Amino acid sequence: MSLALQTFSSVKDANAALQAAGARYIGGGTLVVRAANEGDVSVSSLVRVTDPGLSRIAVSGGKVRLGASVTMAAIARHPELATLAPAARAVGGPAIRNMATVGGNLFAPTPYGDFAVALLALDATVVTEDGEIPIETFLAGRDTSRAVVTAAGFSMPKAESFRFLKVSRVKPKGVSVLSIAALLQRTADGTVTAARIALGCMADRPIRAKSAEKALLGCKLTPQEIAPALAAASQGIAPITDPIASAWYRAEVLPVHLGRLLLD
Amino acid sequence: MAKVPVQFTLNGSEKAEFIESGTTLLHALRDKIGDTSPKGGCHQGTCGACSVIIDGELRLSCLTLAETCSGADIKTTAGLAEGGVLHPLQRAFLDAFATQCGFCTPGMIMAAKVLLDRTPNPSREDVVEALSGNICRCTGYEPIIQAVLTAARANSQNAA
Repeated sequence: MSLALQTFSSVKDANAALQAAGARYIGGGTLVVRAANEGDVSVSSLVRVTDPGLSRIAVSGGKVRLGASVTMAAIARHPELATLAPAARAVGGPAIRNMATVGGNLFAPTPYGDFAVALLALDATVVTEDGEIPIETFLAGRDTSRAVVTAAGFSMPKAESFRFLKVSRVKPKGVSVLSIAALLQRTADGTVTAARIALGCMADRPIRAKSAEKALLGCKLTPQEIAPALAAASQGIAPITDPIASAWYRAEVLPVHLGRLLLD
Repeated sequence: MAKVPVQFTLNGSEKAEFIESGTTLLHALRDKIGDTSPKGGCHQGTCGACSVIIDGELRLSCLTLAETCSGADIKTTAGLAEGGVLHPLQRAFLDAFATQCGFCTPGMIMAAKVLLDRTPNPSREDVVEALSGNICRCTGYEPIIQAVLTAARANSQNAA
């Protein structure tokens, strides 16, 4: 491997260096060093930022801000982020979780990026030096993005309103067959008044299950009432086929696992 | 390719080397420093054979650039034995027949060491979780899990 690593203390300088051809940002290294080890010759130099602010977790006034260099392990052990811990623990094994970052997960190709699925359900904003953009806008344009992601922000969900499920063949660690994150607002009698459902492995990046979200409105979480939502879950999906599962299999089991998540 | 200086502590000894920029810690340890205990398996972060402990945290040396480790405290399996006496984990792996080809063993032991350092009396589930990033194609895991539990029991008996 022949890669020049450039280290900067500021995001601004790193952004300038990233404009060079062949330059890629390195956070924890679990994506870009892996790519280089695989022989990806499109990567000729790596850029990193040592600003400690990128590793900061801020929880205040119901808002959460995760620096882009915050690791999955840091989220999983943070006492105020217990609601998100299942999504952070879904990423890799212990060593990977000590390295994999929030920023990197936003760029992780399917079947990886389980935490980004959670961030999508949480309606997160992605922060760069240019400002904040909705995560859906960011995910749509991530392949051509050249700006260093500095943080992700979202409103802290109530524990009872956020649900996350990763389905894998190998426990406790395995690559995703699929992952689902759901943010549900319900009235006191359990009627769903708002729903955001995000899916992993159902496209080349995390996507919303908008038809299912719509079908859930006004429902109580009973097998009968969620049936239309489960039937609608497969609309607009284009699951991947990989050694873990075929697109057909993923599409077949999606309603089953979504049902389990909603009825849990 | 320009060479860059890297300085860190490896198993208690100061190491200073000039390496090519972009060199992984795995290559730096094996090819420059001569510590061949971390094994290069998949080079993709999947198998865990290259696991080392950096500043108390389990990390994959195949995905870590050596330059990013300047000033770090790095521990590998080669540094576990003291005065010719095997570490309890190493002894337990031998006694429990938890090694077969042995390729995964250093990574398994480092993952287990982090676990026992933080959780001296782990449950079986704790051990399974701690080793979940390490792949073994020979033993079927059960002897490895038992070895870690045995080492934990030995530690607690020594501490009592």
